Amino acid sequence: MRSLAMDEVARFWRRAVQTARLMIGVPDYDTYVAHRRAHHPGEPVMSYAEFFRERQRARYGCERGRISRCC
Amino acid sequence: MSIKNKLVWMAIAVLGAVALGIVALKRGEPVNAMWLVIAALCIYSIAYRFYGLWIANTVLGVNAARQTPAYRHNDGLDYVPTNPYVLYGHHFAAIAGAGPLVGPVLAAQMGYLPGTLWIIVGVVLAGAVQDMIVLFLSTRRDGRSLGDMIRSEMGDVAGTVAGIGILLICIIILAVLALVVVNALKASPWGTFTVACTIPIALIMGIYGRLVRPGRVGEMSVIGVVLLIAALLYGRTVAETPSLAHYFTFPGPALALLIIGYGFTASVLPVWLLLAPRDYLSTFLKVGTVALLAIGVLIAHPQLQMPAITKFIDGSGPVWAGSVFPFLFITIACGSVSGFHALVSSGTTPKMIESETQIAAIGYGGMLTESFVAIMAVIGASVINPGVYFAMNSGAGLIGTTAAHAADVITSWGFTVTPDMLNQVAHDVGEMSILSRTGGAPTLAVGMATIFSSFLGGRALMAVWYHFAILFEALFILTTVDAGTRVCRFMIQDLVGHALPTFKDTRAWGNNVIGSAVACALWGYLLYAGVTDPYGGIWTMWPLFGATNQMLAAIALTLCTVVLYKMKRERWAWVTVVPTLWLLLCTLTAGLQKAFSPNPKVGFLSHAEKFSQALDAQQVLAPAKSLAEMRRIIFNDYLDAAMAILAVAIVVTVAAYGVLRIHQARRKPQNTAVEVGGALVGHG
Repeated sequence: MRSLAMDEVARFWRRAVQTARLMIGVPDYDTYVAHRRAHHPGEPVMSYAEFFRERQRARYGCERGRISRCC
Repeated sequence: MSIKNKLVWMAIAVLGAVALGIVALKRGEPVNAMWLVIAALCIYSIAYRFYGLWIANTVLGVNAARQTPAYRHNDGLDYVPTNPYVLYGHHFAAIAGAGPLVGPVLAAQMGYLPGTLWIIVGVVLAGAVQDMIVLFLSTRRDGRSLGDMIRSEMGDVAGTVAGIGILLICIIILAVLALVVVNALKASPWGTFTVACTIPIALIMGIYGRLVRPGRVGEMSVIGVVLLIAALLYGRTVAETPSLAHYFTFPGPALALLIIGYGFTASVLPVWLLLAPRDYLSTFLKVGTVALLAIGVLIAHPQLQMPAITKFIDGSGPVWAGSVFPFLFITIACGSVSGFHALVSSGTTPKMIESETQIAAIGYGGMLTESFVAIMAVIGASVINPGVYFAMNSGAGLIGTTAAHAADVITSWGFTVTPDMLNQVAHDVGEMSILSRTGGAPTLAVGMATIFSSFLGGRALMAVWYHFAILFEALFILTTVDAGTRVCRFMIQDLVGHALPTFKDTRAWGNNVIGSAVACALWGYLLYAGVTDPYGGIWTMWPLFGATNQMLAAIALTLCTVVLYKMKRERWAWVTVVPTLWLLLCTLTAGLQKAFSPNPKVGFLSHAEKFSQALDAQQVLAPAKSLAEMRRIIFNDYLDAAMAILAVAIVVTVAAYGVLRIHQARRKPQNTAVEVGGALVGHG
């Protein structure tokens, strides 16, 4: 029972962290790695630091009229 | 629907009706803020369940089997299928800004009721509908932007005109938001010190997150928040130590120049150093404070001091010029419908939606939450004494610069207030004066401080809460200014790049500096004009901001209508036609009145005329103090009138193209919408 409850808490915490990170434009790194492994096997996968930099650049790059915030 | 469900919804409907009845009809005695909260929440629930979901399922025909761009283009970066709760948080953080907090505070000059009603009705019938349908359209078009969609569905001319409109709106927004910050910080060493501290704090966070522990957002944010709280608390010492306070006490014009210089620097520097860490800090602080405010309202459930309706519904109010129609509907801005949300809804969110069936919860539901933030802002403005409210929100030209004079003038308007009360509030919040702190942010800060200090810390902590609220608002407004300057820079480079292709290279350092300088010069000029405006700036400029923001919404809703006709769903086109027509009516009337009204309080041109005649006679009209000031006022009047006319022309052009495209679509027997990916259904 206790471990079930702990699982719930852990799952909730993971979601909360994911939400907070996505709010600032950083999607889930594990999902990215899983995607690269599954769909692009053998191709390079960015390290977390590279991934973070790439996302930061993309958020403020405003390519093609991308606007990520409101007044 | 089961009987149990029916009973629950009936109970919600009855509760909502009772709460709304109390809010709307109770007169003479103060209403508790909880009735406002209950009325809003009940109406939102019913609207979502019976209108939002109905639009999604019936009008739009969302299709669970249809692949979304998140799957079609899954790259783990931009396009990622995302849990709907996580995505909801992302979407809300992107649409929430200063607009829903400031607009309702300004609207409170007419009493809490007119603003509240438009916040609720507007979001249900216009704002949430717009956000959801634009999100739907973009999801069916690989997450393309609003400008792109207007181009492909309505033609190149409409797309280009709308693009110029978006740039104009961005510039006005940046100027007006920066003005809100200047008004909150002028002659306030405590506020200025804490806000100034966010720059070194961001630099520390930026270096930590880049060089020391790359990408550790959690650690960066903890460091940032701890330093921020330290700066907030030390700010009191700065304010109380004359030798230190001296360095952080600025008049409005000096602050305006500092913010312009800062905006330029932040736009030119690498984003990881300053812009990104401030953005992280402000995003978390924004979401956290909004949640704290909601909890605070629930715990404190204060009485509303502001009357339901004041005498200023006739348009003679001191906070902003104009009558209920059309000006109330553009003053509220983002809380009920915001054109900027159309840009966000066609930005990152559509690239991460897992299934079309989630569009209603994220698009419509996200906007309902934003509207609830606006309701809390109404409460924040209404829990303080109305006399104090008007002292804070009227320009010095109207109420003078001393507490005694201000109290006399405001009491003569029918809102009894004494100089002692004004001085006491200033003392409680740790400021020298609260007179003419126009722009909404300081008023909301007093309201928030009143709510928070009623259950946390009492009067002793009121000044800390006030400056916390100022910090929170200034921080995310300035982050918008940084990021907005970059956005404007890219838009300018794109527009000029059509004529001068080398200017399009956004990586070239020279282009970067020139583009940033042009962007800063454009909004900086408007900001400076607003700061030196004898009426207090907000009085003149907020209606211009509100009108253009709502015009962008009208443009977005026009696109939605055109696409509904193209999809052969004209049977239900009233869903977007009604809010489009209403917004066109409000914004065009407001735009034309701002330009051409014969009342010099409302119309820029008649105001310019009045001052020109006086200038010819070598007279100086208040609030100007010299002939040079007279000339500047006249020039700014013409500039403002030109912007209003340009905005009207842009909206009329896009609307005309909308009518044309609807006409063409009706003559075609088949669906002519330019969607992407529909053919994949059944193949994948």
